[in-house]
Amino acid sequence: MKHLNIVSSGYRATLEEQDDTIVWISHAMRNAGAEIDLLLQDAAVNYPVQGQSVDPVTIGGRAQRSAPDVHGQIRSFVGNGSAVYVVGEDLDERGIDRRKLLQEVKIVARKDLPKILSGYDRVWHW
Amino acid sequence: MSKSKTFTVVLMDAPFESSRTTTALRVVDAALKRGINVNVFAYEGAVLLPFKHQQPHANAVHGHDVEQEDHPLPREWVAGMIASAKDAGTAFEWINCGLCVDERGAGECIDGVRRGTPADLWKMATASDNSLVVATA
Repeated sequence: MKHLNIVSSGYRATLEEQDDTIVWISHAMRNAGAEIDLLLQDAAVNYPVQGQSVDPVTIGGRAQRSAPDVHGQIRSFVGNGSAVYVVGEDLDERGIDRRKLLQEVKIVARKDLPKILSGYDRVWHW
Repeated sequence: MSKSKTFTVVLMDAPFESSRTTTALRVVDAALKRGINVNVFAYEGAVLLPFKHQQPHANAVHGHDVEQEDHPLPREWVAGMIASAKDAGTAFEWINCGLCVDERGAGECIDGVRRGTPADLWKMATASDNSLVVATA
């Protein structure tokens, strides 16, 4: 059974959770045997941009040094046999240079989404 | 589990934060009443939906005491669905994401709620006729 998780909300609670929780659960489900891919749209299209980092955040004197690495999550995910699609129009409207993305991700046009989604048994929009 | 259809729902919002959760629980309740087996996987803040220490409160703005206000509690909705599904012989499973529970200190849940992992979600979804994610915006 092929499964697609669509992530639209970029960097949702990533400082508290130390990762994107949907990318995380996608990893966990794949580790449990799921055949699963990701589609990034809206603000989440920034995840495959190389060179991003998070400085430690300090609140109330408590420094959080184990920062989230969302880009690393995507790199690890796409490097293990799963596909990661990125909606091209959402990159363009944010001025994101396509050459800065991980080479392994697949940039797709929004008009092609129906065909892509029809190839999956389960599609979850997070 | 009976031979009727099975539906898996993922909830993500914390209680008292989003009308979508209330709507989703109404959908779950309606499905159970139609004899459809339902699985719920509570992820992130949704693990607090069956938290056993939720308490009703009075509302001075409404001029109501606790009894008059009759404040809704998601734990009561969940408990009610667990009980009614049991009476009807319909399968209803509520699984809280274990790590989400730990980071929130939300381990004290009502009876009938089970701790689980994303692997449980995957198994439930795979065995279901359909599934729905109600994510935090």
